[in-house]
Amino acid sequence: MSILAVQSASPEPVEMPTSSAGRRHRVGVGTWIALGILVFFMLVALFGPLLVSTDPSSISLMDSFGPPQPGHPLGFDGEGRDLFARLVYGARSSMLGPILVVLISTLLGGSIALSAAWIGGAYDAVVARVIDALFAFPGLLLAILAVSLVGPGLLAASIALSIGYTPYVARIIRSAALQERSLPYVSALTVQGLGGTSVVLRHILPNVSGIIVAAATLSYGYALIDLAALSFIGLGVQPPASDWGVMVANGIPGLLQGYPQASLYASACIVLVVGAVNFLGDRLTEAAEGGR
Amino acid sequence: MTDTPILEVVGLRKTYPVTQDGQRTDFVAVDDVSFSVQQGSSLAIVGESGSGKSTIAKLLVGLERVTAGTILIDGQDRTAKPRGARARRQRGSDIQIVFQDPYTSLDRRQTVEAALAEAVRLHSNLNRDQVARRVTELAEMVGLDQRQAEARPIALSGGQRQRVAIARALAAEPRVLILDESVAALDVSIQAQILNLLADIREATGVTYLLISHDLAVVRQLTRDAIVMRRGLVVEAGSTVSVLDHPQEAYTRRLRDSVPRPGWDPHQISREGAIATADNPNTATKESHR
Repeated sequence: MSILAVQSASPEPVEMPTSSAGRRHRVGVGTWIALGILVFFMLVALFGPLLVSTDPSSISLMDSFGPPQPGHPLGFDGEGRDLFARLVYGARSSMLGPILVVLISTLLGGSIALSAAWIGGAYDAVVARVIDALFAFPGLLLAILAVSLVGPGLLAASIALSIGYTPYVARIIRSAALQERSLPYVSALTVQGLGGTSVVLRHILPNVSGIIVAAATLSYGYALIDLAALSFIGLGVQPPASDWGVMVANGIPGLLQGYPQASLYASACIVLVVGAVNFLGDRLTEAAEGGR
Repeated sequence: MTDTPILEVVGLRKTYPVTQDGQRTDFVAVDDVSFSVQQGSSLAIVGESGSGKSTIAKLLVGLERVTAGTILIDGQDRTAKPRGARARRQRGSDIQIVFQDPYTSLDRRQTVEAALAEAVRLHSNLNRDQVARRVTELAEMVGLDQRQAEARPIALSGGQRQRVAIARALAAEPRVLILDESVAALDVSIQAQILNLLADIREATGVTYLLISHDLAVVRQLTRDAIVMRRGLVVEAGSTVSVLDHPQEAYTRRLRDSVPRPGWDPHQISREGAIATADNPNTATKESHR
């Protein structure tokens, strides 16, 4: 037998256990803690206001900066409002507002990115340039612009923020989709005669879904901070409605008088949630990239 | 065997715009290539890396558009972009291709069965049970068992994955199957198994093979005719046996002499190659005797 010319074979990938759970990355303690924090605050946001009977807006100047007492575990703010009730009610707008931002920006950014990656050519080049140009506009600035046009409130600010976040999401998904698109299996499907929409929705999208979820998680954290910041400067949630950003702002006089509780508790909630979300986002990014 | 060629390529040319020394020029990847293949026959395209053989494969399956020339399958032109889903599927059942890298030519999220079923459904109007039966049939044809058919690509070896890729290509019941270095990434014993499988499949289905390879042993085993390409041009054409045993061109002789064997001296071949390329092919490579 003649000797066969040997070409360097592509390296064997590290064989992983083939059970369905075997492909998962090992989940560390940190991930469980972060997940626990996030789930806890989500539950508080959804059901807390139903369980806490104290009115977060009822003012009692007698209790101004009052210490904790039975029924009021965290004490009172400068106006004598119950801090615990305000935190719980504030969780609703603070935790759920960013979800809208994530949904809109992911949907918008994802559609733009996937279509650009698939269609390619001039369309993709234009999309890529526009994304780069939009990066120059901070989402927060767009949100302030929108608020100045429509007036203060969470909805307009959230929509503007979503548009501000779209290029960020689009860039991540586009690069993942381009990489996926260049794989021979996509060529094989095209040669089979499968249409572009089917290839993108049935094959490319599921394969980049890990990246999409990771990007969405990270942008949830950013959106939470940006919305809280808007409320802090008085352009988002309007007092007397409760919101963590509003609470930090309302607490400033107390801060100067030696009663930092209101600002401190609200800030702590923001830091805890955003920290947990960022940690999860990083783990998800690692997992998504490791699975490629 | 009929006289009408199943695949006929006339004056095929493909250029890519490149910038060289600040000047925009066209790089000619494939230049005036013509060949034809009879139904049930087989053709090898041989050449070194960069000779344009893989570009021809991309042009044939429509992954690249031709710059000039025509590609006819059973007399039907397929150089223009297909219009509509039906035309696309029709093209798919004309020619299929099996790529070189078995690791990236399958969707890693799809089980083997799902991948095959998708291809079967695309090219037929079978109901669920019929699709399942056809999938089983295809899996058996390429020698995959039930457990492997239910697995995802990650659980399969390179050879098994290439069997899946072959089965998926056959799901379209193509008239022509292009094997673009399809066994080059496999180790030698697996390579032999896949080559035997391909020979069996040809016997069973009558499919026409177009083999693109730099591996002359594989070419010899699987094809009847061969063309030799160099720098986008066809330098030699004929039956595989005569091209490989009695090459007329110095380049073909060099290709053949480049296959490692006892007493093989790569330095001598490249020295002689250098003389041969200096437009003096007659004095170049000595005819080597086996």
